Amino acid sequence: MLRFLIRRILGAIAVLFAISVLVFLIFNVVPATNPAQRIAGKNATPQLIENVEKEWGFDKSLPAQYWTQMKLIFTGKVQSYQSHINIDKRIAEGIPATASLCIGAAIIWLAFGIVFGYFSAVRAGGFTDKALTVLALVGISMPVFWLASLMLYYFTYKIEIFPASNYVSLSNPWQWFTHLVLPWISLAVLYAGFYSRVLRSSMLDVMNEDYVRTARAKGLSQRRVMTRHVLRNSLIPVITLFGLDFGVLIGGGAIVTETLFNIEGVGLFTSEALKQQDFPSIMAVTLFGAFFIVLFNILVDVAYAYLDPRIRLGASAT
Amino acid sequence: MSVTPETQPAPTGQGGGPLLEVAGLRVGFATEDGRVQAVDGVDFELEPGEVLAIVGESGSGKSVTAQTIIGLTRGPNSRIEGSVKLNGEELTTQSESQLQRVRGSKIAMIFQDPMTSMNPVYTIGKQIIEAIKAHDRSVSKKDGRARAIELLDAVGIPDADRRVDNYPHEFSGGMRQRAMIAMGLALEPSVLIADEPTTALDVTIQAQILDLIQDLNKSRGLATILITHDLGVVAEVADRVLVMYGGKVVERGTLDEIFYDPQHPYTWGLLGSLTRLDQPRPHRLPQISGAPPSLLDLPRGCAFRPRCPHEFPKCVEVPGLEARLPENPDHRDRCWLTPEQKKTLREVEPGRIGLEEPR
Repeated sequence: MLRFLIRRILGAIAVLFAISVLVFLIFNVVPATNPAQRIAGKNATPQLIENVEKEWGFDKSLPAQYWTQMKLIFTGKVQSYQSHINIDKRIAEGIPATASLCIGAAIIWLAFGIVFGYFSAVRAGGFTDKALTVLALVGISMPVFWLASLMLYYFTYKIEIFPASNYVSLSNPWQWFTHLVLPWISLAVLYAGFYSRVLRSSMLDVMNEDYVRTARAKGLSQRRVMTRHVLRNSLIPVITLFGLDFGVLIGGGAIVTETLFNIEGVGLFTSEALKQQDFPSIMAVTLFGAFFIVLFNILVDVAYAYLDPRIRLGASAT
Repeated sequence: MSVTPETQPAPTGQGGGPLLEVAGLRVGFATEDGRVQAVDGVDFELEPGEVLAIVGESGSGKSVTAQTIIGLTRGPNSRIEGSVKLNGEELTTQSESQLQRVRGSKIAMIFQDPMTSMNPVYTIGKQIIEAIKAHDRSVSKKDGRARAIELLDAVGIPDADRRVDNYPHEFSGGMRQRAMIAMGLALEPSVLIADEPTTALDVTIQAQILDLIQDLNKSRGLATILITHDLGVVAEVADRVLVMYGGKVVERGTLDEIFYDPQHPYTWGLLGSLTRLDQPRPHRLPQISGAPPSLLDLPRGCAFRPRCPHEFPKCVEVPGLEARLPENPDHRDRCWLTPEQKKTLREVEPGRIGLEEPR
């Protein structure tokens, strides 16, 4: 287990390094983004641009620039070229909002995805299954921006059940909750539909396994067979998906939801950084997002070992 | 779990009728291509302490028969007719929750592939305890574990107190089949249904598992239904034999009757394709030509007709399962040939029974 973890963490560092180099290179070969020009402003004289280049270190070699940039990011001193705010600080400030959004949404989509998927599979072919299938497909087919806009229109403007937007910190729990209900739902619907379909098909596969027949032949009740033997063994693909999806979102991937509901999280910051083509910001959020994707991949692998004892992590099984 | 009214404890076999009685059992499945009559009229009785072998090729209906006994083939697409009586108690009309109390506790079943027949995510011990607790929830975890160890020990698993915490993948195939049997024995059932218990195992392990089944049969009086396609297995353990073909029983009799006086050409074919140590080695093992019929489109009359070299005009009529030997009313078969014809036709070489073209 330990060896496995060390190996995976070393791998993760390599992946993050590769991503950072790639993003850095992309920005330095795209000609439209001469950062000195941007910092100096539209009407800058060549002299001014040159001064800026010197001051910010753009005249140095690429590896040197990369090194400086990474040092700034990891020491928490990196600044936006545009607004000169501290980017690391800005990301850190966005984490509570993003985490609130993603964790809440994840609880909703896992609960609905698993419950719907379970009943769909148990009643496969019946009315419940068909109704849930339609529901899931509707959920999957609704674009987040469309659903979010509709909900905003109906629930904050037409009937004012929920407050319109923004994120309120957890120090005011009720406000925190009411402000997040709509974002949670709009983010969760797609995943809930998708997960219920995945779980359903996974359960139908497992139901044909010999050990399910054995469980029935032992005299277990139908419910026990379904929960202890079928559901338990069907969760593995769902866990895989969840690790990846959740990693993407918590790393700033909930861009549309955060933008529409004006939640000042990492996703909103990502979208701003992209719009302004602000190189240090993009560099930082990309690394931040990649970190979570890699992290949750490792966590998924660890979870596998607990869900399926046949999977022994690393060469040295203990 | 729903509560079912207490049923009277039924008398155990010895008194009245047979322990298990299957009569006129028919199982049909609705498929996309039409209705499949997987089992078409199977009758047999099982006495305490007896080993009954059901023999046949894939698709002959033997496994479906076995699974239907404990209601595992029930479903929206299946139709079950006939009767299955355990100690005189009808099982086919029982509710699912009533049947759950029969499964495992009175009739246990073990399956062909021990590799896939145990849940990979639970330990062997947990799965045995689960079987015990399904029928008696008052059993504590500790007692259940002790019982599991005892059972594993009884089926010949060394270090049972340590192995009980192993996962199925940590067991070899033969050990897993032993563990399956231990799980089946957990509630001291009166009937064990073994569906091809040795098919997926090495020959040496096969013999061990058969020994174990025979041993349990003798020491505990465990009535056993052994489903197999391997007549070698049958010869070792069975008391009586049913030969199935195309969903029907084509011949039934005692072990000796089936092996030394087989009446149905299909049985001759099965016997003829056995390797025998007391015979000169043939260049090539004889086989029954052709393939088992599709249950969707069974031939008219005798189902074996298209593969039978001894076919004659009468065969387009369905032969009944009748005693055709006047001296032996319990030896029955479904073949129109006269006993005298059978006697000459089956002997393809002096002293060797088979199903080759008459020369």
